[in-house]
Amino acid sequence: MMNDPHTAKAFDNDLQDLARMVAEMGGLAEKQINEAVSALARRDATLAQRVTTGDAAIDALQREIEERAVLTIARRQPMAVDLREIVGALRLANDLERIGDLAKNIGKRVLALNGEFPPPKLIRGVEHMADLVLGQLKTVLDSYAQRDLSKAMVVWRGDEEIDAMTTSVFRELLTYMMEDPRNITFCIHLLFCAKNIERMGDHATNIAETIHYIVEGKPMADKRPKGDDTTAFAALRAAGDR
Amino acid sequence: MSMAAFTVPSVAHAPSDRNSLDEKISVRDLDFFYGDHRALKSINVPLYRGKVTAFIGPSGCGKSTLLRVLNRMYDLYPNQRATGEVLLDGENILDPAQDLNLLRARIGMVFQKPTPFPMTIYENIAFGLRLYEKLPKSELDDRVKHALERAALWNEVKDKLGANGQSLSGGQQQRLCIARTVAVKPEVILFDEPCSALDPISTAKIEELIDELKEDYTITIVTHNMQQAARVSDFTAFMYLGELVEYGDTTKMFTSPSDRRTQDYITGRFG
Repeated sequence: MMNDPHTAKAFDNDLQDLARMVAEMGGLAEKQINEAVSALARRDATLAQRVTTGDAAIDALQREIEERAVLTIARRQPMAVDLREIVGALRLANDLERIGDLAKNIGKRVLALNGEFPPPKLIRGVEHMADLVLGQLKTVLDSYAQRDLSKAMVVWRGDEEIDAMTTSVFRELLTYMMEDPRNITFCIHLLFCAKNIERMGDHATNIAETIHYIVEGKPMADKRPKGDDTTAFAALRAAGDR
Repeated sequence: MSMAAFTVPSVAHAPSDRNSLDEKISVRDLDFFYGDHRALKSINVPLYRGKVTAFIGPSGCGKSTLLRVLNRMYDLYPNQRATGEVLLDGENILDPAQDLNLLRARIGMVFQKPTPFPMTIYENIAFGLRLYEKLPKSELDDRVKHALERAALWNEVKDKLGANGQSLSGGQQQRLCIARTVAVKPEVILFDEPCSALDPISTAKIEELIDELKEDYTITIVTHNMQQAARVSDFTAFMYLGELVEYGDTTKMFTSPSDRRTQDYITGRFG
């Protein structure tokens, strides 16, 4: 923490506990993404199963963070940066919980794909997206731990690349589906996996914005740079661009 | 999701609205001395008409001193002097020619400890009125009733106006003092820690009252209760060691103050 300690030391403990729980959630979310995509790449049903059940731990942490935040607000009546820390932790927990859900959904799709074998080339595109998102998530969680706004801004701007990648994966999948209707089932599953990963990237930028709010005390002034919005694929991203 | 969710809408004092604000009192380059000790250092602050301005800061920072200057309370003591200007509707109240009785009728004050006079509830209010105005009995009754209504006390005391003011509870006594202040129709009301001796219900009643009174008066409140300042005021000034460190919209001061010292103080990190 860059701020001086409070006169009431217990208040510092409350805030540190909150930040620690958020960091723990972040670690779990990273692990879930990693394993979900590995399960997809290796068509590993056991691992996929583990991902779908593992989400409960993230949900539990979110509830714990909420309870702790509400208790701290009631007890300390936080002001200024303390208030922003707590509101920020709540928002981060929300975003991380959503990331967990999206990873779980990929796990479910791997289980549903049972027996189908998408060409590895197609999966590589999705894997590459996942690498980018994991990098984003790691950087933004570091940024949170260090309250380093410059790192958060790197993440905030970096989402454009993931959006572009999503569009290219969509194009590729579309080609496959047109080529042979038997490809449609797994292509649709993969398409949703790609969409899930793209949504995770959006949550990472949300987290970057929250960090900006915690540190600066005001919302971001700029609009996030967007990829090409003129194609048919732009609509597929629209939900994440709010 | 957009970050706009975080911005608190500031209805009463959006920047565009700020131009329409009217300075009831303008404090300009105010210095104050207790003997050789300089207790206020070049204070510049506006008090806007119809708004509540809160002064916060640690003990000894000069906020109560500033209130004492605003109605020339310091005149009662030797070796205390103020330099600079305090303009009330453009007129410098520090001017030696200032009529102090008139000034104190225009600028009323409510103190930390309720100070009812040892007389009936009715007389507590009528006493001040008689000092400034000669009123027939019926009108005096009306004015007393009106003042007690403004102070949200009428319903609790209407059947016992002849009871001693000191027999009331602490919260009622404080509202009696507010009624006494309101009765002489001041333009500005200064509250010096008005709730520090009161229970939460009485505190809520006083805060509700301040909210209502600001329609007609310019209000200044000194408080150690940060949440109270955040609740009742439109503008907040943070003072430290005799200086005005930061002044601004209350919403901004309590969510993202500009000065590190303000932040450390309001978040409980001081010293």
